[in-house]
Amino acid sequence: MHLALENVDIARWQFGITTVYHYLFVPLTIGLAALTAVLETAWVRTGKEHYLKATKFWGKLFLINIAMGVVTGIVQEFQFGMNWSEYSRFVGDVFGAPLAFEALLAFFFESTFIGLWIFGWDRLPKKVHLACIWMVSLGTVLSASFILAANSWMQHPVGYRIDAETGRAEMTDIVAVLTQKTAVVVVAHTLTAAFLTAAAFMAGIACYHLARRRHVKVMRTSLRLALTVMVVFGIGTALSGDALGKVMYEQQPMKMAAAEALWETEKPAPFTLFAYGDVDEGHNKVAVEIPGVLSYLGKGDFSAEVPGINDINEAEQLKYGPGDYRPNIPVAYWGFRWMIGFGMTSFAFGVVGLWLTRRRFWLAPEHRTASDEPPKLMLTRGRSLAVRPSRWFWRIGLITMVFPLIANSWGWIFTETGRQPWAVYGLLKTSAAVSPGVSTAEVLTSLAVFTALYGVLAVIEVRLLLTYAKAGPAELTPNELRDPGDDDPGADADADRPLAFAY
Amino acid sequence: MELHTVWFVIIAFLWIGYFFLEGFDFGVGVLTKVLARDERERRVLINTIGPVWDGNEVWLLTAGGATFAAFPDWYATLFSGFYLPLLLILVCLIIRGVAFEYRAKRPEARWKRNWEHAIFVCSLLPAFLWGVAFANIVRGVPIGPDKEYTGGLLDLLSPYALLGGLVTLGLFTLHGAVFTALKTLGGIRERARALATRVGLATAVVALVFLVWTQAEHGNGRSLAATAVAVVALVAALGANRAGREGWAFLGSGVTIAAAVTMLFLTLYPAVMPSTTNAAFSLTVENASSSPYTLKIMTWLAVLATPMVLAYQGWTYWVFRKRIGTQHIPDPGHGAGAATVPPSRPGASTGAHPAPVPAKDSR
Ligand code: HDD
Ligand code: HEM
Ligand code: HEM
Repeated sequence: MHLALENVDIARWQFGITTVYHYLFVPLTIGLAALTAVLETAWVRTGKEHYLKATKFWGKLFLINIAMGVVTGIVQEFQFGMNWSEYSRFVGDVFGAPLAFEALLAFFFESTFIGLWIFGWDRLPKKVHLACIWMVSLGTVLSASFILAANSWMQHPVGYRIDAETGRAEMTDIVAVLTQKTAVVVVAHTLTAAFLTAAAFMAGIACYHLARRRHVKVMRTSLRLALTVMVVFGIGTALSGDALGKVMYEQQPMKMAAAEALWETEKPAPFTLFAYGDVDEGHNKVAVEIPGVLSYLGKGDFSAEVPGINDINEAEQLKYGPGDYRPNIPVAYWGFRWMIGFGMTSFAFGVVGLWLTRRRFWLAPEHRTASDEPPKLMLTRGRSLAVRPSRWFWRIGLITMVFPLIANSWGWIFTETGRQPWAVYGLLKTSAAVSPGVSTAEVLTSLAVFTALYGVLAVIEVRLLLTYAKAGPAELTPNELRDPGDDDPGADADADRPLAFAY
Repeated sequence: MELHTVWFVIIAFLWIGYFFLEGFDFGVGVLTKVLARDERERRVLINTIGPVWDGNEVWLLTAGGATFAAFPDWYATLFSGFYLPLLLILVCLIIRGVAFEYRAKRPEARWKRNWEHAIFVCSLLPAFLWGVAFANIVRGVPIGPDKEYTGGLLDLLSPYALLGGLVTLGLFTLHGAVFTALKTLGGIRERARALATRVGLATAVVALVFLVWTQAEHGNGRSLAATAVAVVALVAALGANRAGREGWAFLGSGVTIAAAVTMLFLTLYPAVMPSTTNAAFSLTVENASSSPYTLKIMTWLAVLATPMVLAYQGWTYWVFRKRIGTQHIPDPGHGAGAATVPPSRPGASTGAHPAPVPAKDSR
């Protein structure tokens, strides 16, 4: 019995590590695909060279990143069968469908059109080439939507029945599975967060170059685009997160209570800024609270009653039989705060940055800068930020670019651990989901192998990203400025021209 | 036809698609060490599959996802049972994918050489292991009453299974050599053709033993027909290769792979994973499949999406139809600090390129 328990824990660690790792690349992929597509669109429409330079530069970083996203995704696809065979048998009928949708509709899009985009610069007419990156972007969004629908089904199963004979879940309504409220709100929240993440990444690197007065034209454009996207999608993330909080309150009150370390039912319930508690005793030793705010977050009413952990645990014991239905409370509590804290700090940088670098007609004439000078950071119409704070501004931009990545990881850790002890909420416990036939040695091997491999790859990838990010955009070659759509198809004078891109 | 039989056919189709497509890119990966004489030639090889390998790999992901949805028990037993070989395959696919993308991203010879080793090993191992896996599925493995695999790693390494591995390795290498001949120019094209003949003859011997063995132990009338097609196609591929008909040769090696996979699936049906413990414990299309509702949804998906996928993947091959030779390989602008990259000279002819400094390992 002891051994079986250990297998679950190792498999959980493996799933957690590989998934959080996969999800470091995912939001950047989703966001950078769209941002690169926007920049290429600007180039195709205006013909201005700095847009093309920007497209190539961000596109390159995007490609370094997506390579890792793709290969780590392969592990995700097969891990269910390897480590969670009981889970797979139980949910395959429902859960497999969105996964198959994802592969057939989204992954083929992504992988085929990315190949066309990378190698197609000298093969495709401009507009067709542009369409390819938009297809990639569409693929990433579709992929996210399908996998999140699958994940939402684990959080809140709908559109199924339990087969009396086999005891497994069977789908009765695909539309419900794909479009239930949980899925829609989660898709909104993770996608907006993904755009915030990629925009912060773009802004950070732009700050790095602008502080050094390098590649100014490209970076100035990139910074404006990035800051705008950060603000718009930061607001979107907060609004969709709030909606998600209300959904969670209905569907998984335990997760909400854990996120707040709210041990006893309270009316109205406070939001705690800081808590230090005793899980065994079931109460907080220290708590700094703002009255009524949790009631509002959960129900949109400052005086509503919010059930506490201890009461929910008792209610669930009555419903599902004896056991402990509490997730890891400190992880849920702090995960929730780190998600909001890190993510919203980055958003705040976006707001400040957008104000300080605002457009010329808001500024007194003597403070206006040309498009090939770094923007002056302007507090008011006539007053600029002093030199030292300005320097700090660029530095903070660079540092906060990783904050949304941290926020994303904690968001997932919070969501997934907050669902425990359930793998499928209310239907299948995580401890019953693991593969019974796989030995501890095997799971340990794969945990060790993936952890080591991912560690090494992380070092390689980060170094590569740094090298390319620091180098900045390259000068364009005449070959790159040529539109292959203009070529005379019959001419083979160019038959020996080198490829525009080669591995 | 019952829906679960339809899905058995679709899954067979997805695996055929996967082995047909990724088969040649595994083969090309293996050939980077065998065929290429210097860095520039290795780059020619890698770039013949550059735009397409990722799309090819998605056939595997789709086969996996479709199996999960249509035959959850098959998915669960197969991947938890073949745990360690699958782990090795996954590790290889990870390293290989990164290797293609990152190899040219730094100028150092050592960096490139390491990724090239990775491309070779991580193409060779999966090409071998997929054969081992499929031979085991056909041969049957110990499966208990709860549908769980009860054997160990050694149960997967029988002579028959290892022979299966050699067959896929040989077929994929042949397929890759024929593909290289079809897609390149100059010396590498000639050498690819010569190599295809040698690899082809060796593979033909191994494959014949394997096919006859399979047919004798597990075969039936249907699978005999597929076996015959595989043999004829292999002979035709070799003949076309000798005659310099590269397109036909590629078609031939592709049909060989398709027919061999078809033959394996035909020996299985209606089982999907026979149990050697007790025939009653075997997973079949009936006891491993999803509900009719799910299968119906999935059928709609397949009917609508597959033609679209085939169309745009086909278009990709069309866009990149041109042969490439060493003259098409741009100078190694690794791109970082790319202001230093010399502009490529349009119209530079074959001989005009300075001989690239061969990497140390090109013995
Ligand atoms: C919200 C978005 C999201 C989430 C939660 C996940 N993924 Fe992912 N996945 C993507 C969004 C994404 C993506 C943006 O579409 C990726 C990232 C890099 C890429 O190429 O596509 C991707 C790649 C990717 C690939 C490779 C596709 C290819 O070869 O093109 C696979 C097989 C998976 N994922 C599977 C999974 C599974 C089984 C997950 C659940 C455990 C998962 N992903 C979580
Ligand atoms: C969609 C993106 C996903 C992310 C980012 C994610 C994240 C996580 C994290 C951080 C954990 C560790 C939690 C813990 O061990 O306590 C975890 C566990 C797990 N997740 Fe998810 N998850 C995702 C999707 C899924 C999906 C689609 C499934 C479907 C099966 C799934 C199933 C599991 C399972 C089985 C575990 C291990 C048991 C456990 O919760 O500990 N996850 N996931
Ligand atoms: C940049 C990244 C992110 C930011 C800035 C962020 C921010 C927020 C905010 C402001 C809320 C609203 C809290 C409330 O009003 O109740 C929220 C809720 C939530 N977020 Fe995120 N989030 C991010 C990423 C994620 C991710 C990747 C997930 C994983 C699915 C996630 C899961 C959740 C959940 C489950 C809730 C509802 C929790 C509850 O209220 O109990 N978040 N988020």
